[in-house]
Amino acid sequence: MIDFSQDHFALFGLMPRYRLDHGRLDAAYRRLQSEVHPDRHASAAEAERRLALQSSARVNEAYRALKNPVDRAQYLLSLNGIDALSETDTALPEEFLEHQLTRREAVSDAVDKGDSEALVRLHSEAQAEMRELDSVLESELDKAHELRAASTTVRKFKFLSKLAADIESAIADLEG
Amino acid sequence: MALLQIAEPGEAPPRKPQRLAVGIDLGTTNSLVATIRNGIPVVLPDEEGRPLLPSIVRYGAERVDVGYAAEAAQSHDPQNTIVSVKRLMGRGLADLSDARRFPYRFIDAPGMVQIQTRAGVKTPVEISSEILKALRVRAEHTLDGELAGAVVTVPAYFDDSQRQATKDAARLAGLNVLRLLNEPTAAAIAYGLDNGSEGLYAVYDLGGGTFDLSILKLSRGVFEVLATAGDTALGGDDFDHRIYCWVLETSGVGPLSPGDTRLLMMKAREAKENLTIHASAPVVATLSSGDQIDVALTANTFASITQTLIGKTLGPVKKALRDAKLAPSDIKGVVMVGGATRMPQIQKAVAEFFGQPPLNNLNPDQVVALGAAIQANVLAGNRAKGEDWLLLDVIPLSLGLETMGGLTEKIIPRNATIPIARAQEFTTFKDGQTAMAIHVVQGERERVADCRSLARFELRGIPPMVAGAARIQVTFQVDADGLLSVSAREQTTGVEAAITVKPSYGLSDADVARMLEESYAHAADDMTARALAEAQVEAERVAAATASALAVDGELLALQERVAIDRALAEVRRLIPGSDRRALHAAVEALNRATQDFAARRMNRSVAQALTGRSVDALN
Repeated sequence: MIDFSQDHFALFGLMPRYRLDHGRLDAAYRRLQSEVHPDRHASAAEAERRLALQSSARVNEAYRALKNPVDRAQYLLSLNGIDALSETDTALPEEFLEHQLTRREAVSDAVDKGDSEALVRLHSEAQAEMRELDSVLESELDKAHELRAASTTVRKFKFLSKLAADIESAIADLEG
Repeated sequence: MALLQIAEPGEAPPRKPQRLAVGIDLGTTNSLVATIRNGIPVVLPDEEGRPLLPSIVRYGAERVDVGYAAEAAQSHDPQNTIVSVKRLMGRGLADLSDARRFPYRFIDAPGMVQIQTRAGVKTPVEISSEILKALRVRAEHTLDGELAGAVVTVPAYFDDSQRQATKDAARLAGLNVLRLLNEPTAAAIAYGLDNGSEGLYAVYDLGGGTFDLSILKLSRGVFEVLATAGDTALGGDDFDHRIYCWVLETSGVGPLSPGDTRLLMMKAREAKENLTIHASAPVVATLSSGDQIDVALTANTFASITQTLIGKTLGPVKKALRDAKLAPSDIKGVVMVGGATRMPQIQKAVAEFFGQPPLNNLNPDQVVALGAAIQANVLAGNRAKGEDWLLLDVIPLSLGLETMGGLTEKIIPRNATIPIARAQEFTTFKDGQTAMAIHVVQGERERVADCRSLARFELRGIPPMVAGAARIQVTFQVDADGLLSVSAREQTTGVEAAITVKPSYGLSDADVARMLEESYAHAADDMTARALAEAQVEAERVAAATASALAVDGELLALQERVAIDRALAEVRRLIPGSDRRALHAAVEALNRATQDFAARRMNRSVAQALTGRSVDALN
């Protein structure tokens, strides 16, 4: 079965880097699940079935963590002993926070007015910013190894993806 | 009787026979059993050649009838003839918004409703097990051997209580459950393997009492469910009921006896089925009072009185697409499952929504059982060469825990691929807290009261520590059947508690889907409520900490300072039960400011005491 002491990247035979070949990740994920999934061990003994369950759950969890950019960056930092989202270290530049607060207000204004066009615009703004942060993370994590800076970028990213998710549910809400 | 094969001593044993495995579709209206024969999935009919078994159980004076025999008795013995029991699985009486529709003598019981019958009090699990037992007997008789195992299907949108109840019913029926399989996924297996399809598919599954919509990606032998949504209390039954109400309104008959109700519901169903091919259907019945009913329902009227129901199915369709981040045009094909999808107005609505005619080339009544049989055959170890396809399914509803202030902390989000395990750390709220109550919930809403309560348990024996020092790791594990188990462990001492979640007494919400719908409708309310609840928790924490500091070190304060702090504290306590978050927040801030110097003095004292060597224990 799988080696539980491996990190998520090693599990899928990948280098521990932020920029990933998603095709390779998907292929490795399918390969691993084809081996460990409980359906492949349904008629095995209890212990083997239990191990299959644990292994398959571990593979799913690792896949999820690598698939999402924020989770992947956060995980890379944790491999370097940095807890990017720890409660005691949530500082974000004031400028960024102010900008986001303004944005949050714009979102709730648009929700109040039922203005879905404004919401769509705010959503694409947030997404554009997330794309920018994605390349920042690549340079900070894969090239310059500026881990402290990357930690701040991850927090910004997390903030923005929460905002984007909230806008999405607000849009869905308006559309019914 | 099968002959036993005996090998010659010293010779190789005969080739291992195929292990008998079946797929069972336990439906609201009808149930089926299927198996693989000569490599082909087939439904096993009864002795009279009928593939379906009506999901009806009658408790007679001396015996239990299941299927057609029970169906015949339903209008003259409605209280002992149970139909649509699937709608009651894992549900408390308070969950059943439509309880009055059933003519049964319900008994409210913790966890799940019960029914008083001639044969005594029966639970939905027991009633369902009679149906499953009949199918097991049919399969063993036809296949002439004992079953090695069965795959039993459940609506994808079934929550943990409903799944657990189904598995319990199968066990009670003497079945070895190889897997609980989601109905739309089963249909996709039957469909996909038959057609060698690749790409994104939607499965629109409208059964007798449940609706599911799943979106799957089929590629290179992997069936990957991307998202699922649905309504566990919406199905063909509801269309019958609309016709029934229309007949009552049109013919102006008064309140009906349970027997007449059942009679008219049967007539309504016949009319619905008629309208699949005819433009108009007669509803003719003689009531027990002697009154005659004779009306004609046109297809147009039928379409207009069921428009709302069709609209209700499109909500989950949109939601699943959103969750999968797809547009209707991304879908390569829409597979129709369930007898109710034969209704022309549904075919039309689905075609319009997806911009393409839906796929109907497999029998919508049988496709789920056939897919389950294929899966059962593989799980029983009869996998043929080349059959290396894999199924990756998801959990339909988020799982979480209750945290302070009655809020839900999600641990596993909906549409996460199963099996999955996820752990989260929590801590204690009070100094010296030695136990922690863990309340497991399922649903999308922010407030625990709006989600389904699955279980409560306690982690005891936490050694006394200051608030926030304990590290309690709570692990959620969902297996390949979609069933949850939860364990909790205090990390610093290893104190452990674990449970497999069994349905606890349900809450007042009638069904999971409505909860989800409301979570969208009330998103704004939720955010406000959440902010208030968080502020209240914080205020309580600050007030308690201040009070305990005053009790220990109050003499460090001058009278005037003491009065100011007492006043600020009283103001916080006055505002906690209210709903003015801003005022509460301001009062907490004021209390924090009033106690700043006091806190510094206390700190100095404790440092000084530590330096003089007094142990911490001696301070208490």
